[in-house]
Amino acid sequence: MVEPRRLKFPLEKEEALSLRVGDSVLVSGTIVTARDKAHHYLFQDRPRPEELPFELEGGIIYHCGPIIRMEESSYSVVACGPTTSTRMDMYEWWIIENYGIRAIMGKGGMGEKTLRALKANGAVYLHAIGGAAVFLARRIKKVKGVFRLEEFGMPEAMWVMEAEDFPAIVTMDASGATLHETVKEASGKSYRRLLGLET
Amino acid sequence: MLKLADGIVELYKKVVSSLPPDVEAALSAAAEREENGSNAAQALRVIMENIREARKTVSPMCQDTGTPIFHVRVPRGISQHEITEAIRVATRNATGIIPLRPNAVDTLTGTNTGDNTGEGIPIVHMEETERDTLVMDLMLKGGGSENIGTTYRLPDEKLGAQRDLEGVKRCIIDAVYRAQGRACPPYIIGVGIGATREQVALLSKRQLLRKLDDTNPVTSLASLEEETLDAVNSLGIGPMGLGGRSTAIGVKIGANHRHPASYFVDVSFGCWAHRRGTLLW
Repeated sequence: MVEPRRLKFPLEKEEALSLRVGDSVLVSGTIVTARDKAHHYLFQDRPRPEELPFELEGGIIYHCGPIIRMEESSYSVVACGPTTSTRMDMYEWWIIENYGIRAIMGKGGMGEKTLRALKANGAVYLHAIGGAAVFLARRIKKVKGVFRLEEFGMPEAMWVMEAEDFPAIVTMDASGATLHETVKEASGKSYRRLLGLET
Repeated sequence: MLKLADGIVELYKKVVSSLPPDVEAALSAAAEREENGSNAAQALRVIMENIREARKTVSPMCQDTGTPIFHVRVPRGISQHEITEAIRVATRNATGIIPLRPNAVDTLTGTNTGDNTGEGIPIVHMEETERDTLVMDLMLKGGGSENIGTTYRLPDEKLGAQRDLEGVKRCIIDAVYRAQGRACPPYIIGVGIGATREQVALLSKRQLLRKLDDTNPVTSLASLEEETLDAVNSLGIGPMGLGGRSTAIGVKIGANHRHPASYFVDVSFGCWAHRRGTLLW
């Protein structure tokens, strides 16, 4: 098996461009969680980058609603696997473009609009292992901050974390390739054969 | 009922941190089947390690600790109201102690109650039993797998699905194809057929409580379960939707009588982190 590529965020565009579908990667550096409410907020309110208390340029957005434990005025991550990315599809293209995002991490893959935005901006989609929340929590070294905790609640707040060797697989790359479409096409052939539908 | 509440907190702890043996064995067998060095094999390797780590540290194996769904068989003479109260108290306590992720959101205001209780949450189904023991099943149902569940109305011309078991099979294959890898496969698939709509929805959920290695007492359903499992695995969607041999590790089907005009097929999905357990009281 090929050794996984180590990626340090914020990530240079050239590095993102060199990644290909199927590559195993280990993510280190700052990651920011954002799911349904955070995406709706960024898309709807359109805060300028300088209005946000963290840097998104060249950064990675992680579709995740973690379990966080509060310990003597600091936060620790109990569990932090990915959530299903398709729910963020209608907002992501604009967020990638407007904030200069270099990678989206989640599970299940994303659609045509997001794929186009990845290609146009030299960014990739990383597939984390769904449900492997304890395993992944060990790869988070520190919670650096949280945004809109009161208003959005624990799962939906934007958590800024320091990751080290967080494993994922590139499933959509900046050349416009997507593993999800390949799997869907192949399964579509079996599907039509099983149902005796026209091929 | 305070003691029962303590027992339910323990039930939460066990269910959230350790997979039932039948599910773990099926995942382990699935890992063996995948091609060495493939993305699917790698994903399952991480999943197996996560399962061990969660059990060892008594931590939630997935950050989505789900919607708690209780099925309770209550001996005659025990107050169902008090059982519901014990479940609510235990749910609040478990949320803080374990901890669980707060998952009860006010649909109108968007506010999270913070303690996993709210209007209609946790979900509690009760029925009376002739036995002396109270039997409480808890399933923690993740949101991702819930989102891909769906209901069909037969006949369905597009799927070539008529009002027979072949038609039911076509609906299940269609549901899995549409779900692709969005909800953490390998899936456990529960199916309820018959009518009315709320009845088949409950029936499909109840199938998810069955052990993966049990045999359906209805012979025709037992063979349909087997055939359908093979069929959905031939789709090649694989663990995490990365492509591979194990898209599902179980198909369980139940049937109700129905109104002559209606024939529903309700398909519920469980993700690989299929968290269920039983408390005897």
